[in-house]
Amino acid sequence: MQALLLYIAQTFALIRKEMLALLKDPSSRALLFAPALMQTLLFGYGATYDLTHAPFAVLDQSRSAASVEITARIEGTGVFSRVATLDNASQIAQQIDSGKALLVVVFPADFESRLAAGTESPMQVILDGRNSATSGAAAGQVAAIVAAYNQSLGAGPPVTITRRAWFNPNFESRWNLMPAMIASLSMLQTLMIAALSVAREREQGTFDQLLVTPLTPSQILIGKALPAIFVGLAQSTIIFLIILFWFRIPMAGSVWLLYGGLLTFTVAAVGIGLSISAVSLSMQQAMLYTFMLVMPLMLLSGLLTPVRNMPHVLQVVTYLNPLRFGIDIVRRVYLEGAGFADVAPNFLPLVAVAAVTLPLAAWLFRNRLG
Amino acid sequence: MTAAPVEATALRKSFRDKDLGEITAIDGLSLSVRQGELTALVGPDGAGKTTLMRMFAGLLKPDQGSLHVLGIDVARDPQQVQDRISYMPQRFGLYEDLSVQENLDLYADLHGVPQDQRRDRFARMLEMTDMARFTARPAGKLSGGMKQKLGLACTLVRSPDLLLLDEPSVGVDPLSRRDLWKIVLQLVDDEGLSVIVSTSYMDEAERCAQVHVMHRGRLLATGTPAELREKARGLTFVATPIAGMPARDLQARLIDVPDLVIDAVPQGGNVRFIRRPEADAARLAGLLDGASSASRPEELEDSFMILLREQDQGASPVATDMPPSGAADNGQPVIVVRDLVRKFGDFTAVASTSFQVGRGEIFGLLGPNGAGKTTTFRMLCGLLPATSGQLEVAGRNLRVARAQARARIGYVAQKFALYGNLSVRQNLEFFGGAYGLGGRLLRDRIAQTVRQFDLDPAAQSGLLPAGYKQRLAMATGLLHRPEILFLDEPTSGIDPLARRAFWRRITSLAKGGVTIIVTTHFMEEAEYCDRIAIQDAGEMLAIGTPQQVRELAGDAGARDMNSAFIAIVETARARREAA
Repeated sequence: MQALLLYIAQTFALIRKEMLALLKDPSSRALLFAPALMQTLLFGYGATYDLTHAPFAVLDQSRSAASVEITARIEGTGVFSRVATLDNASQIAQQIDSGKALLVVVFPADFESRLAAGTESPMQVILDGRNSATSGAAAGQVAAIVAAYNQSLGAGPPVTITRRAWFNPNFESRWNLMPAMIASLSMLQTLMIAALSVAREREQGTFDQLLVTPLTPSQILIGKALPAIFVGLAQSTIIFLIILFWFRIPMAGSVWLLYGGLLTFTVAAVGIGLSISAVSLSMQQAMLYTFMLVMPLMLLSGLLTPVRNMPHVLQVVTYLNPLRFGIDIVRRVYLEGAGFADVAPNFLPLVAVAAVTLPLAAWLFRNRLG
Repeated sequence: MTAAPVEATALRKSFRDKDLGEITAIDGLSLSVRQGELTALVGPDGAGKTTLMRMFAGLLKPDQGSLHVLGIDVARDPQQVQDRISYMPQRFGLYEDLSVQENLDLYADLHGVPQDQRRDRFARMLEMTDMARFTARPAGKLSGGMKQKLGLACTLVRSPDLLLLDEPSVGVDPLSRRDLWKIVLQLVDDEGLSVIVSTSYMDEAERCAQVHVMHRGRLLATGTPAELREKARGLTFVATPIAGMPARDLQARLIDVPDLVIDAVPQGGNVRFIRRPEADAARLAGLLDGASSASRPEELEDSFMILLREQDQGASPVATDMPPSGAADNGQPVIVVRDLVRKFGDFTAVASTSFQVGRGEIFGLLGPNGAGKTTTFRMLCGLLPATSGQLEVAGRNLRVARAQARARIGYVAQKFALYGNLSVRQNLEFFGGAYGLGGRLLRDRIAQTVRQFDLDPAAQSGLLPAGYKQRLAMATGLLHRPEILFLDEPTSGIDPLARRAFWRRITSLAKGGVTIIVTTHFMEEAEYCDRIAIQDAGEMLAIGTPQQVRELAGDAGARDMNSAFIAIVETARARREAA
């Protein structure tokens, strides 16, 4: 009991020192939260996720009441504005190519007759796949409008949408950037803080002074990891709040589960950061390693391209990437309202990465190679 | 009649520091340097020597005053001055991946030395520096002393009208230091070159024709070494302690009474001291308490110490109520090292080393840079694993012992190794906490420590002057009352007065039963130690009391530790080469 109290008191002294060191330096203090704030806003606007203005064109070959009704409903949202009314299919390419229209809605000639005959009646939405984020959102909205229309028809065979994305045949409709940033943006900072923490001490010679104290490697590990984890979660919170209240993306799932996922993810990221830090002799070296690692982590995370489209070998590699599972947990909990059972498999690789990197870092503190 | 190499009048230069505000580096300084002579600028760290040198070289503009170098107004035409001088900064810019020859070629190219002159010049430089054998070796693989010699050779690829050397012997072992000075003296004698050298070593200043003593940006004194020595005439003595009394105990007695004694240092089993001119003879005799004293010839160092003390009148005496060690003396050695070996790849940094250290001993590890003393030291502290051999500190090998065993040692690193952006108090609180101190006990210890070491708890640690940083580092190392205190090069970069105060604290700690392991490259500091070990190229060359080590060196060692060191290392190197 006495020993445990001493253990906690010693570790707490280190945590307190780490927090003081982080907060006392004006330059590092500004770095703690300003980048997260700025990047979130930048991404939020710059990534044109917001569907505020979607130009579209209509090719109505059925010229029926149903097609007019759906077109009117689309226009009625205030988001979509009709830029052209086309006469034949050959004009579609020109509209999409030139970027005048983000999407073209096509009603075939037999659109209403099929509805009247009680069979499924397909309409086509052609999307500009180059601008995948926005057109994905636009397609989603069109789908919602059509669903609402179907509902208004009551029972009976519905209108179906055939969706074609041009220039990007693998267009992923569930692709969603903003919630993924809760994990990815904060990881950048967490990784950096963790990577610099031991490297800074080695460079300035203070690490030897720390190693000759009775602090055990596990205490040093906890003392170094907790402040970084804390900062990481604080950053995630900032991004989360901006997305929720500023960009007004509705949160579907449980906040507890979201934070459970974020905590596990951040611990894994800190483990990687501290391992980098423990092998680095200088801050420069630690920073270089971090940058070298961040790019592949981002690319192989499913943030920009879906993992299942990667070559098989790379797909296997992504199991080592905590960001892949962090993003997946956040996206699914945030957008789908997934429960713990749905995202549980994501926790395993995260726990595995943390279980390897954290003890590795603790061991490296004293046994740096070379 | 050519113009004087340097003519400076009422120079002033200050810097703006964002934390410390305005710092006056040079404060109304006037001096002139004569043609064809070796001139020394001496002074403690922070005296303004480097700033002055950089102004001579046209790298800094004076704020006020006039400065002519070789008759040229430097502020107006720095390039014209730079074309005619050679300047070797404290850390010379050698390209570590280039070979010795490539470095020479590069600097010759940079200075536009014509091809036909190069061959003779290079040959002469390589011969003087004794580096002809190493022309193909990358500069990064040279020892500290050799790097410095190569730096000098690169500086001298052309024949300058004036040579500026900024602390050329800092961090250089005594042997290389001697070689370096041989080269400089040869240049002055053979070529009639004017040389200005800045140094903190008085024995180096003694060899110069003219000496300028600087302190806090001002000139304290100017003259030939003989003229300067006059100041100490009749005040210098050497005291021999009564049988059985360590010299450092007598030294401590003397230096503790500043109104009678200006300075005291142990040397060769005796104590050299300077009495105050107005000191009362009867009180002085009482202080010596039976120790016999005789007058000795005055040296430049004595005058220098007198000048410094005059400037530092108000300094508070050192608190000597150092905390005692908690451990009881059981007669067992505190440190046992047997056949210790450390290899890095195929390079042997420490070769089969054995020694023991008893409780309350001050044990000094001496050696040139790269001799293996820091490696030995780091293995003792458990920071580095040994390749083979046995190692016990307080009965344990710290590398594999449980963490609590480390609570028995204190450690003061070579470089300031505390958290610079934390305050003094925050540093003490953190390390106290790390050693498991807390609550009232920690508060009391900190209050006591701050008083003993005369520290300001609210000050930001990183902004303290060098001497205070060193005090804080020591205060931190002692906060948990360790049995053994490890100090790595504790006195490098601090001025002579601060060094005296440091050793006064160390000797009083040892009296309280704390065992002290200290590395140093100041040979004269070995005299404070009970026993010393001299290492070179990883090998233990000599071990014993300072007296024994001096005797081992024969006649050469009789004079001082520096000569003894040179003799021992040279003999060993000659033996190695013969084998």
